Amino acid sequence: MSLPGAPCAGSSILGEGGGVRPPSLVERLDSRTRVILALLFAVALVTGSDVTLLTVGLGLALILALLARLPVVRTLRRMLVLEGFMLVVLALLPFSIPGRVVAEVLGFAASAEGLTRAAQITLKANAITVAVFALLGTLEVVALGRALARLGAPERLVHLFLFTVRYLDVLDREYRRLRLAMRARAFRPATGPHCWCSIGYLFGMLMVRSLERAERIDAAMRCRGFTGRFPCLHEEAESGPGALDWGVGAASTAAVTLLLVMG
Amino acid sequence: MTSLVRLDGVTFAYDPARPVLDRVDFTLAAGERVALNGPNGIGKTTLLHLMVGLVLPQAGCIHAFGRERRCEKDFVEVRARAGLLFQDADDQLFCPTVAEDVAFGPLNLGKSKAEARRIVHATLESLGLAGLEERVTHTLSGGQRRLVSLAAVLAMAPEVLLLDEPTNALDEPTRARLLEILGDLPQAMVIVSHDRDVIERLATRTVRLEAGGRLS
Ligand SMILES: Nc1ncnc2c1ncn2[C@@H]1O[C@H](COP(=O)(O)OP(=O)(O)OP(=O)(O)O)[C@@H](O)[C@H]1O
Ligand SMILES: [Mg+2]
Repeated sequence: MSLPGAPCAGSSILGEGGGVRPPSLVERLDSRTRVILALLFAVALVTGSDVTLLTVGLGLALILALLARLPVVRTLRRMLVLEGFMLVVLALLPFSIPGRVVAEVLGFAASAEGLTRAAQITLKANAITVAVFALLGTLEVVALGRALARLGAPERLVHLFLFTVRYLDVLDREYRRLRLAMRARAFRPATGPHCWCSIGYLFGMLMVRSLERAERIDAAMRCRGFTGRFPCLHEEAESGPGALDWGVGAASTAAVTLLLVMG
Repeated sequence: MTSLVRLDGVTFAYDPARPVLDRVDFTLAAGERVALNGPNGIGKTTLLHLMVGLVLPQAGCIHAFGRERRCEKDFVEVRARAGLLFQDADDQLFCPTVAEDVAFGPLNLGKSKAEARRIVHATLESLGLAGLEERVTHTLSGGQRRLVSLAAVLAMAPEVLLLDEPTNALDEPTRARLLEILGDLPQAMVIVSHDRDVIERLATRTVRLEAGGRLS
């Protein structure tokens, strides 16, 4: 019998296959340490405003990503979504925040304050995203839920989280099944009432099906004696935080304090 | 003859314009294995759901384990003693891992974690699923899901089994094994099935549900 909490194949947020490579430094950390670290990091960066410090933060996040051995291409692809939004911010802020004019483009004045603000936001967003990918993205969803529960997060919130994850997958599969059924009958997206109508049916059906599935799952749970409280099979004390966790904890606390004092 | 579950003149409709069951009488006695069949959409699944109170009848009454059961509260006990295997296994597996899913019922019945682990282990072992314990439920194949959801029902050690098309989506060897397993179980059962083998090898009695009424 494998140990409780032993990683089960392929369900981490970044969806890596369960390889046999030795765990990275980040993976050796207790899941709770990782949650706290991610939280601390985010809070420190959000409250900081000095551009140099934020750059250091981004550097730290990149180091974390290296330590977690994030797959470069896949991570970059995920970051693209964020970068698209960042581009808009970068393009608009210098022109919309009033201040000392440093340049003029097509008759619009760009302010120094606006540029600084744009740089701050970009640095913060990127650093936090990379750090969260490194610390939590490599964590299994179930393990993340359990870590939150063991850190004292409200039980209902944790269940909500775990169920959301579970339903997202079901929803996605249902969507793909419906799309497949449409394609199997030679449906091709094109502009025109037939297409819009079919797409409308697709999403309508998706909603109805999800609702019905939710009802059936609820029925199945009641059939097995569910009365509102979730039992947990895993022992509370799987393993305490190790020396590595204490070390990382102490170091990061010191770093954050320093950052807060200086920023 | 002691009846475990008895329906008396049960009438039910999801939509008043189209009644599904009209004054249906049905009795399941101890030691019986009843095969229930009938055309698609006639109300077989609905009948099983009525027995464990997932839907409540508009008329008639339901007796289970020696008492009349009327409301949700009455049925909580019934569900612990009558295990329902859903037609769609996907609905039944909602916990992240197989072990947690199978343990869900026993833990709800107040078993300790150690006991639940032992039950999970023994149940999976008896169904030949020992290797699946730590697997994530939504990555299982259709047949594996079916067997795991049966394990989840059996783990609660019910006195009655209500099986909704248990042999669906199973390959020949798995189906044969399931029939063997079911044949060895001591529980009284209602098995909804169109499967000839199930009817011939398992059933002690066959009931056919037809529009409105019912006949043996
Ligand atoms: N949630 C629901 N809401 C409305 N009508 C429903 C619902 N579930 C089932 N029905 C209707 O009730 C009737 C009986 O359905 P039921 O699922 O019990 O049939 P069944 O005998 O199990 O069929 P099958 O052999 O296809 O599984 C069907 O006509 C169906 O359309
Ligand atoms: Mg049915």
